[in-house]
Amino acid sequence: MIKVTFVSADGTRRTVEIDEGLSAREAALFNSVPGIDGDCGGVCACATCHVHVDLAWMDRVGPPEEGGMESDLIQFAEGTTETSRLACQISMVPELDGLVLHLPELQH
Amino acid sequence: MATSAVHNQTVDSIPLGEINVANPYLFQNDTVGEYFSRLRREDPVHYCAESRFGPYWSVTKFNDIMAVDTNHKVFSSEAKLGGISVQDMHSDESALELEMFIAMDQPKHDQQRKAVSPVVAPSNLLLLEPVIRERAGAILDALPIGEEIDWVKLVSVELTTMTLATIFDFPWEERAKLTRWSDVTTASPETGIVESFEQRREELIQCAMYFKGLWDQRIDQPGGNDLISMMAHSPATRDMPFLEFLGNLLLLIVGGNDTTRNSISGGVLALNQNPGEYQKLRNNPALVSSMIPEIIRWQTPLTHMRRTALEDVKIGGKQIRTGDKVVMWYLSGNRDDTVIDRAEEFIIDRQNPRHHLSFGFGIHRCMGNRLAELQLRIIWEEILKRYSFVEVVGEPERLLSNLVRGITRLPVKLHAH
Repeated sequence: MIKVTFVSADGTRRTVEIDEGLSAREAALFNSVPGIDGDCGGVCACATCHVHVDLAWMDRVGPPEEGGMESDLIQFAEGTTETSRLACQISMVPELDGLVLHLPELQH
Repeated sequence: MATSAVHNQTVDSIPLGEINVANPYLFQNDTVGEYFSRLRREDPVHYCAESRFGPYWSVTKFNDIMAVDTNHKVFSSEAKLGGISVQDMHSDESALELEMFIAMDQPKHDQQRKAVSPVVAPSNLLLLEPVIRERAGAILDALPIGEEIDWVKLVSVELTTMTLATIFDFPWEERAKLTRWSDVTTASPETGIVESFEQRREELIQCAMYFKGLWDQRIDQPGGNDLISMMAHSPATRDMPFLEFLGNLLLLIVGGNDTTRNSISGGVLALNQNPGEYQKLRNNPALVSSMIPEIIRWQTPLTHMRRTALEDVKIGGKQIRTGDKVVMWYLSGNRDDTVIDRAEEFIIDRQNPRHHLSFGFGIHRCMGNRLAELQLRIIWEEILKRYSFVEVVGEPERLLSNLVRGITRLPVKLHAH
């Protein structure tokens, strides 16, 4: 199991566990963490699992692939920053054990 | 039941090659579902070689639609290639060659969408919510109890028009113009909304001139968070050519009007057709939040979006050729029971209610999706406060259109608590 901490817009921290190989989106949804909508089912086709990767983790998570679908979609989300990712595209591998993700107030 | 069985037999006996699901009369009489059901079963990516819209592919299953919708580099939305509906854009000489970002490819699409998207982004919606709620309450409070009224005219049209007027900061007393322009934009002469393409053109030019006036007033006033101010001040949109300006305005008017209007009407109809679900809602009004996406799935206010293939590509095992017209039938994908459990049933407490195709997916996914949900949530919360039953008391009338799945009249009687 891999640990992820979600920090909601009001500062509430929730740490959950998820099986290796599943996504950060699933970590939130399967553990009823509010703040991720994930409308498309986790196939990188909307932008309603937008998260801000904690700065300390950005090197390990990395940016979305330039010119790829994730970048194409993220540009239309609200309040994006250089650490914005779609949680469905973050695969929970052992190197990300303890990952911290910040949730936007609402998903668009 | 007997007539339905006979009808089904008829649909099943049509040779597959002769099925033309773009026939607008199938939507007006609400029988198109039987055709889609057969295509999903027997020929999910179906070629119609001859129709008044020319030859086209129909993609009818959820996952195949998703594959087309998320492959914008191969499946183009460009207006000059025909655009986004089975009826080609720019195909009629007397029609206006409107340009709107929904019918553009990257990179221009992305720049223009980003410029207008903030008006319907969640933080702006938080500001709009109290205004929409107050206006929704006022609409309902003006309705008579126990008399037959037309829900479409008095509620669905009113609420969506008021919301649009709010977003545009449109002169309040003249807001009915917005409804008219929305209807005219998607109208062809056979619908009776306009007499001719010339009349449509004239009315849309009046619309453009009206908005040009508002634009000229606001371009010198910084800071407005209404849509016209945003467009007038954004570098991506402020120097737009005239037909692009008009096209994008009309896109937002139609996008925000025709669609939510029909989901408001469709929800009332669906709850009347499923009294058990209506009772669940009365027992637990908190179900509004999962009911709203279910209403949007159920209604599917835009039946389809169309793309044009930029290269040879296979979908669902069928060979699509460069230049082919590919129609994603959202209405059919939303009834695909291999992806959506009990897809033919209206169920207000589904586990993943937002997993539907009504907003599309990919870079062209509906920009106003959260605004649509907000309006529906507010109107239903306000309805439940006031009435025990919005009773449908006559047959609904439906729009003659293969694109907008519209309810044009819905007679109801209101029952107070």
